[in-house]
Amino acid sequence: MRGGGDFDAVRSPSLFREGRYIGATVSPSPAHGAVGTSGRGPANIVLRTTSEPMFAPRSGEGPHGRSAGGRGVGDAPMSSESVVRQPEVAQQDPAAVPAAAPVGRPEIEDEVEDERLTVASQWQLVWWRFKKHRVAVASGILLGLFYLIALFAELVAPYDPGAISARYRYVQPTQVTFFDPDGEFTFWPGVNPLVSSRDPVTLRITYVPDPDIWYPIQFLVQGSEYKLWGLIPMNVHLFGLGAEAPDQTLFLFGTDRLGRDVFTRVIYGARLSLSIGLVGVTLSFILGIALGGISGYYGGTIDLIVQRVIEFIRSMPQIPLWMALAAAIPPKWPVEYTYFAITLILSLIGWTGLARVVRGRFLSLREEDFVLAARLCGARQPRIIFRHMLPSFSSHIIASLTLAIPGTILGETALSFLALGLREPAISWGVLLQDAQNVQAVALSPWLMLPAVPLIITIMAFNFFGDGLRDAADPYGK
Amino acid sequence: MLTYIIRRVLLAIPTLFAISILAFVIMQLPPGDFLTSYAALLSQQGEGIAAEQLELLREAYGLGQPFYVQYWKWMSGIILRGDFGVSMEWKLPVADLIWHRLGWTLFLAATTILIGYVLAIPIGVYSATHQYSWLDNLINAWGFLGLGIPNFTMALAVMWFAYAFFGWDLSGLFSDEFRNAPWSLSKVGDMLFHLWLPILTLAWDEVAVLQRTMRANLLDEIHKPYVTSARAGGLDETTLIWEYPVRVALNPFVSAVGFALPQLISSATLVSIVLSLPMTGPLFLTALQSQDMYLAGAFVLLIGSLTIIGILISDILLAWLDPRIRYSR
Repeated sequence: MRGGGDFDAVRSPSLFREGRYIGATVSPSPAHGAVGTSGRGPANIVLRTTSEPMFAPRSGEGPHGRSAGGRGVGDAPMSSESVVRQPEVAQQDPAAVPAAAPVGRPEIEDEVEDERLTVASQWQLVWWRFKKHRVAVASGILLGLFYLIALFAELVAPYDPGAISARYRYVQPTQVTFFDPDGEFTFWPGVNPLVSSRDPVTLRITYVPDPDIWYPIQFLVQGSEYKLWGLIPMNVHLFGLGAEAPDQTLFLFGTDRLGRDVFTRVIYGARLSLSIGLVGVTLSFILGIALGGISGYYGGTIDLIVQRVIEFIRSMPQIPLWMALAAAIPPKWPVEYTYFAITLILSLIGWTGLARVVRGRFLSLREEDFVLAARLCGARQPRIIFRHMLPSFSSHIIASLTLAIPGTILGETALSFLALGLREPAISWGVLLQDAQNVQAVALSPWLMLPAVPLIITIMAFNFFGDGLRDAADPYGK
Repeated sequence: MLTYIIRRVLLAIPTLFAISILAFVIMQLPPGDFLTSYAALLSQQGEGIAAEQLELLREAYGLGQPFYVQYWKWMSGIILRGDFGVSMEWKLPVADLIWHRLGWTLFLAATTILIGYVLAIPIGVYSATHQYSWLDNLINAWGFLGLGIPNFTMALAVMWFAYAFFGWDLSGLFSDEFRNAPWSLSKVGDMLFHLWLPILTLAWDEVAVLQRTMRANLLDEIHKPYVTSARAGGLDETTLIWEYPVRVALNPFVSAVGFALPQLISSATLVSIVLSLPMTGPLFLTALQSQDMYLAGAFVLLIGSLTIIGILISDILLAWLDPRIRYSR
């Protein structure tokens, strides 16, 4: 059908979107609001296909639309409103900035810009727009780093997560110093070994760094043996004190009641905590897209039933429900079973949000002209759904998926924290936070709360990243 | 209006029915039935139970019979006699254990919602009218922080902070000397001293969400032509904002209660466990851990039902506020 080229409307999704995109760059300005909305209409399809650059609606976009892109020559403010809105436009319109070259020959630039937009795929448009959202990009990079660390946990963590040490229990986080034993400043970080002494009153063991000895922190050192991913035998660790140091006292986050290094455990915990977000959301996604898609595409009674179910689940408080379901998991199950059971429980309740997004998109797209056109051309339903409808909202779905991940991670943490989810010997951030459950324990060793820090960072990063994706997902929107 | 309320109440009935089914299924989830574990628990405690007594209980709860018989016996007991079954851990009727805890939970939820609204509306209006000002950015950052920090870790951190730096023990709802004392002014004072932390942790979240909603709604409104024309007509800014766009922006905001409530009850469960408040959370958790299923089932049923009723009330409020909703359906 595409090769024939006999009926351009079949290919209209992309053209259509271009039309909307051009329109959308103006829409924030009230004076051109009408143009902005008409950009969605069929007039623009004709416009694009015949590639006439200066047709009526385009000239309407005129100087004002470009001024929003950062030139502002001879641009009298239309109203206080448009002035207020301008920075927003500049921020959200990726195409306007590259076009801000020499002043005075708008037609040619328009064509260049046109060319760029017409050629760009949807994903390119999304990417251009996403790049504008600097916090989101930074969050994305941070998340990538976190997942990379989780993937290579054995390599990054300085010790074995299960290694118990009777000598160093409840040790406070080790201070990294830049001063060698002579008190000279060095550019290399190092640590002083710990000397333990017993408090005569409370009988609590306290640890004091010994200023006379100083071990430099070394990178890529030989350490405890492990198998990377359970396969490759290795003994290299990203950093550590090296095998020659007699006291292995590099505890960045302190140690717990069994003398295990909390930092190592946080790194290992990232594996389960971060992966449960992805796996849980994948399951939610399968459920959500199947039920939401069916509901939105067929409508009628099926839609009604699915909608009632979604409303019901959404109106229930999640955490009590999760707790009740998780409590039924037999405590004797091995870690892997519990992991999947927890993931299943989380996604059984989490799919509703995605189903709503999918359904909403299906409902609105079903009425779009390009779907009608495809149907009139005799395209079969799977082709309409997968070739025409799905591409135009897949970016939205990815954004919603991203925004659903933190909820799943938080759910697992909460359940494990309450001892209803994963249990030792499994390591997740929630399992680690169990140690911080009562005030007394936390008052004496507050570093047991540190596993909450990567959790909070992850959740916020996912929120920012997802927000940025959602804004970018609709490059033709406001 | 009356027809709308009646229709809305009728619509809630199947939902309540579904919740009762769900609670019943959850009660049935753990392996074995309630009486075998009850007998096991008693013999473990060296008490033992007579076979006839066991048989009597078996009959009363319809155990061993088809599930719809069991469901019917459970449900009819609740509806007709207010009998939620027996908590085997506490050896008390479930009804005696839950009501005052539920009362405290409702009290906390209502207070938090109220405080959340009182704060969120002016903050949202300010940040919408001063978009991209430094205070607006600060409010947004603070909101993101509130959304990013899980309530229970925040409760934990603040509790630790208060304990480590001021020596305050903020766990529980009362200090030891007031726990069983009769109500007095100083007991109320003591309660308020303990109550600000759960309210702070829960309200931060809520204010963050509601403030964002308010800001977005109002931003959509204040750029509309009617605002410009009112301003051109010489109306002073305060009257202009609060009389017209704020009132329009409030509508979607009211319906947000419906979403805020399940979220709030959810977080309150966790926070009350962390702070060991005498609310539904901690008892629900121990009930689940010891598989005290009548107690756990009653909690699921009541928490769910109360949420549905809360949403119902917010819907009716919304319809009262906005005639378009009354007539549209």
